[in-house]
Amino acid sequence: MIQADALTKYFGPIKAVDGVSFSVAKGEVLGFLGPNGAGKSTTMKTLCGFLTPTAGSASICGHDIVDAPIEAKKHLGYLPEGAPAYADMTPRSYLRFIAGIRSLGGNERRERLERTIEMSNIASVLDQPIETLSKGFKRRVGLAQALLHDPDVLVLDEPTDGLDPNQKYEVRKLIGEMSPEKAIIISTHLLEEVTAICSRVIIIADGRVVADGTPDEMEARSRHHNAVTLRIEKKVAAAAAKELEALDNIASVTARGASELIVYPKDGKSIITTVSDLARAKNWPVEEVYAERGHLDEVFREITKTAA
Amino acid sequence: MSNIWAIFKRELRGYFATPVAYVFLVVFLCVAGALNHFVGNFFDREQADLQSFFVFHPWLYLFLVPAIAMRLWAEERKTGTIELLFTLPVSLTQAVVGKFLAAWAFAGVALALTFPIWLAVNKLGDPDNGAIFAGYLGSFLMAGGYLAIGACFSAWTKNQVIAFVVSAAVCLIFTLSGTQFVLSFMSGWAPQALADTIGSLSFLTHFNAISKGVIELRDLVFFGSVIVLFLIANTIVLDLEKAE
Repeated sequence: MIQADALTKYFGPIKAVDGVSFSVAKGEVLGFLGPNGAGKSTTMKTLCGFLTPTAGSASICGHDIVDAPIEAKKHLGYLPEGAPAYADMTPRSYLRFIAGIRSLGGNERRERLERTIEMSNIASVLDQPIETLSKGFKRRVGLAQALLHDPDVLVLDEPTDGLDPNQKYEVRKLIGEMSPEKAIIISTHLLEEVTAICSRVIIIADGRVVADGTPDEMEARSRHHNAVTLRIEKKVAAAAAKELEALDNIASVTARGASELIVYPKDGKSIITTVSDLARAKNWPVEEVYAERGHLDEVFREITKTAA
Repeated sequence: MSNIWAIFKRELRGYFATPVAYVFLVVFLCVAGALNHFVGNFFDREQADLQSFFVFHPWLYLFLVPAIAMRLWAEERKTGTIELLFTLPVSLTQAVVGKFLAAWAFAGVALALTFPIWLAVNKLGDPDNGAIFAGYLGSFLMAGGYLAIGACFSAWTKNQVIAFVVSAAVCLIFTLSGTQFVLSFMSGWAPQALADTIGSLSFLTHFNAISKGVIELRDLVFFGSVIVLFLIANTIVLDLEKAE
């Protein structure tokens, strides 16, 4: 439903987006990750028809964003970075304005307004000027604006920025609930958000796509993927480390503190049973043992560092 | 059409949502009244017409109309709502026209609120109401011309002060070009055709013609073309530098 082909955007001589291609199908939630200034927002602005691509193309529900912008934008709900809104309006009049532009009328208009206000949880501030609202409410008003016409495609630039943990949870839940019916792109620099709601991740650095996969695949690229942490009594720790290191499918063992061992597998294989079997056989006084999924932030740092 | 209407409503309401509209209306009415009374000698003239009222409009608009127009686009740029507006299913032309019409309607409201002076002149004498109507029409058209210029320069910048100063300067050029001062300066060296062309671009010349009660097609066409041309320029400016 969202298609980007070699999308490229220059600002003067500066290449902000450099041949970015991806597609998002219905039911997918694509997470855009990248350091600040990597081109996430520019990609989104170009995709949504605010900026004209220097080269390449993008389409929304089959409508090219340059050739048929109005049709494409009808299928699109977009929350720009920082959730800009007309500050002197109240959320109520603001959403009515959006409903007018979205050509909603009669019953449909009333129903959509009610539903959206409920979903974005802004009923308590409907008649206060937007400029007086807290950052969290402003963000949710922006989200309501994007959801009002129940679009097929949602593009949300940092939808949870400035929200407190409860609000973040609510917004993620909302996105999760909507995702089966829509194609959604969110940009974020919160890695936990990606694991929480995204079915796919694209990492952008210097305007290029440097990684594309599911959050699990990304985590699998981590050194810590399937690494086992073993907490054990101090006196046997050194001996245990030696014995573990001797095993076939274990790459290395490092100590963290006096009583904690981190056991890294070879080729990211699962080694938790191997480790716990050995511990039982040797009768080590184990206090805790668990396997890690992998550190997304580490993968993120690694990928964006080599690209830069 | 419904998009233009939605933008028009929002924009017009935007004027009244802040004190800007009320400050503007009060200043406009006071200054227009004061100029008419003290400088135009409305009562001393003992003429049942509004010549002394309309004659100051070009000068009054020179400062007040850019003040209405300056926020049109500069504010959208500054607050980032321009990104919102142009990712909604709205064409550039619809947005430009909707905003312009809202500002023009606001100027119309300001102008309409000068009606007491019309009541006064009808009370005191027996004026030619046709001529007064022409004066109002001319003044409204002229306001539209200034507004289109102001809107165009507002689209150029995110700084409202710059928008105001530049559009006031351009409006001044369009006003002054019809004065005796410029025309006699031109006549010294420029060919007559050029001087005539410059002179014919003046708001002053066309407005004076209408406000005397003679509604001629060419004066209407003049203001109409100024409005259309600057709105087209406005659209082009936006298209070129939406994101600046």
